[in-house]
Amino acid sequence: MTAPVKRPTDDALVRVGRALRVVLLIALALLFLIPFYLLVRNGLASEEDITSPDWTFFPTTLHWSNLSELFDDPTVPMARSLFNSSLIAVATTLGTLVLASLAGYGLARIPYRYADQVFYAILGTMMVPAAVTFVPSFVLVSSLGWVSTLRGLIVPTLFSAFACFIFRQYFLGFPRELEDAARVDGLGYWRTYWRVVVPNSRPVFAAVGTIVFIGAWNSFLWPLVIGQDRQAWTVQVALATLNTSQVIRLHVLFVAAAVSIMPLLVVFLFFQRWIVAGVERSGIDD
Amino acid sequence: MRRVLGTQNRTLWFWVFVGPFALGLIVFTYVPLAWSVYLSFFDAHNTVSPTDFIGFDNYTSMLRNDAFTDSLVTFAVFSAFIVPTTFVLSLALALMVNRTRRGQAFLRSVFFLPAACSYVVAALIWKLSIFNGVRFGLANTVLGWFGADQTAWLSTTDPPWYWLVIVTVRLWLQAGFYMILFLAGLQRISPTLYEAAAVDGARPGWQVLRHITLPQLRATSIAVALLLVINAFQAFDEFYNLLSNSSGYPPYARPPLVYLYYTALGREQNLGLGSAGAVLLALIIAVVTVGQARWFGLGRKED
Repeated sequence: MTAPVKRPTDDALVRVGRALRVVLLIALALLFLIPFYLLVRNGLASEEDITSPDWTFFPTTLHWSNLSELFDDPTVPMARSLFNSSLIAVATTLGTLVLASLAGYGLARIPYRYADQVFYAILGTMMVPAAVTFVPSFVLVSSLGWVSTLRGLIVPTLFSAFACFIFRQYFLGFPRELEDAARVDGLGYWRTYWRVVVPNSRPVFAAVGTIVFIGAWNSFLWPLVIGQDRQAWTVQVALATLNTSQVIRLHVLFVAAAVSIMPLLVVFLFFQRWIVAGVERSGIDD
Repeated sequence: MRRVLGTQNRTLWFWVFVGPFALGLIVFTYVPLAWSVYLSFFDAHNTVSPTDFIGFDNYTSMLRNDAFTDSLVTFAVFSAFIVPTTFVLSLALALMVNRTRRGQAFLRSVFFLPAACSYVVAALIWKLSIFNGVRFGLANTVLGWFGADQTAWLSTTDPPWYWLVIVTVRLWLQAGFYMILFLAGLQRISPTLYEAAAVDGARPGWQVLRHITLPQLRATSIAVALLLVINAFQAFDEFYNLLSNSSGYPPYARPPLVYLYYTALGREQNLGLGSAGAVLLALIIAVVTVGQARWFGLGRKED
């Protein structure tokens, strides 16, 4: 946006408005950051410091030993659940990117008489929120014998209609000239896709990948339903179990929560500009 | 001949690309849905291959069940709180951030950052640090400075303070995401519209907002409203993590998914009844979503 043409009489009003906006934004930003601060503060404080009636902004001493206490604790399979979550998030992200991008490209670029019908059948599953199908999906997965297995946690989540939709919209707008050049060189659909289209579409892969990765890492209901064995707990299920257990040891719980969001914060801060770019290009709000 | 072969070839390649995804969607979405409808007509305790056909009994007992209808009321109240508040907050953030030159990237990150946090983690911070009812909660500490009494936020039902906790968690987690959608919409508005408005003597501020910005954001607003309602239907994580404890779930504030979770996978393992509830919920969602889309005139050509 270029600066609007202003009349001099409005200047004072505009200046007051701008000052108010800045103050409000700073206040809101601080408010939004407080929960993160509390997480780190309580994760590094002693139990007494967390529960003290005389609450202080800084804990009296920093207890880095909370970390080793967490990982040495035999009652919480923290290392195992972090491992499970990482594996699930990476596998889900890669699987979704391959499956949904192929489908999106086929729908956007390969002429087929019933392509529209197939597309609507895929889009229709977005109308049914995934959470509504958790009862029947549990029934299916348990009859396959996949309860408490990584397969059961990963495979059913690989078919994201949302990701497919974003890829289709993106490929519809992909410059045809590049593909035509590849066709002239004698490349078929398959090789055109892998050698020309994918290398030129990194931003959309990064955007969808980040969104899928965050969703997989944070997902809770499905791992809670399927990961019944401790061996198959994800980090979210482990945290929820700690959070609703008989005896809550606050400092362990908070350091566990802080550890659980660290990998994601790194991914998030690194890739967030791709998410923004992805949203702007996806046509999600057109 | 060549052309026929070419068409067949394209059909084959279409299915090479789309087939694996479509097959997975059939197996893991369409089959479960069909199975769910099938199960909902059977007495299915503890089993996924039931034998007793009972017709619509699961549906009638679900609709007569106060706990289920209460869960629908809970959802309706929850949406009535969360949809407008998230909409207004995210729009306000987008408008303010969009007009800020210096530090725009920083502000955007700060408001978007909670989207990386899980409901489980956020619920834990809210329950055990901010809105803790005893001694050490931040809210009670701050209110204490002004001489207010301590409040047991999560267990007070009259007035229903637990709503404050539940609504603020989701607001914190989601406002940033919708702000990004609004920001994307704002950046697509042509600057010439603002210039024309200024030439016509529109005062910067309310007039421009009302006559230029908001109408131009119409498509984005509809998308956000639809997403907000669909997401509200999925509410589970924060309710489960904020309100349940080792001794169970309180009788109030069970949204549909929490109720279905306990019915189908709790002690009873009543999958037939749970499936009937899931089918009913899916129907309600379909009706609401289609109705909302119609009401907004989605799909109608813009002029």
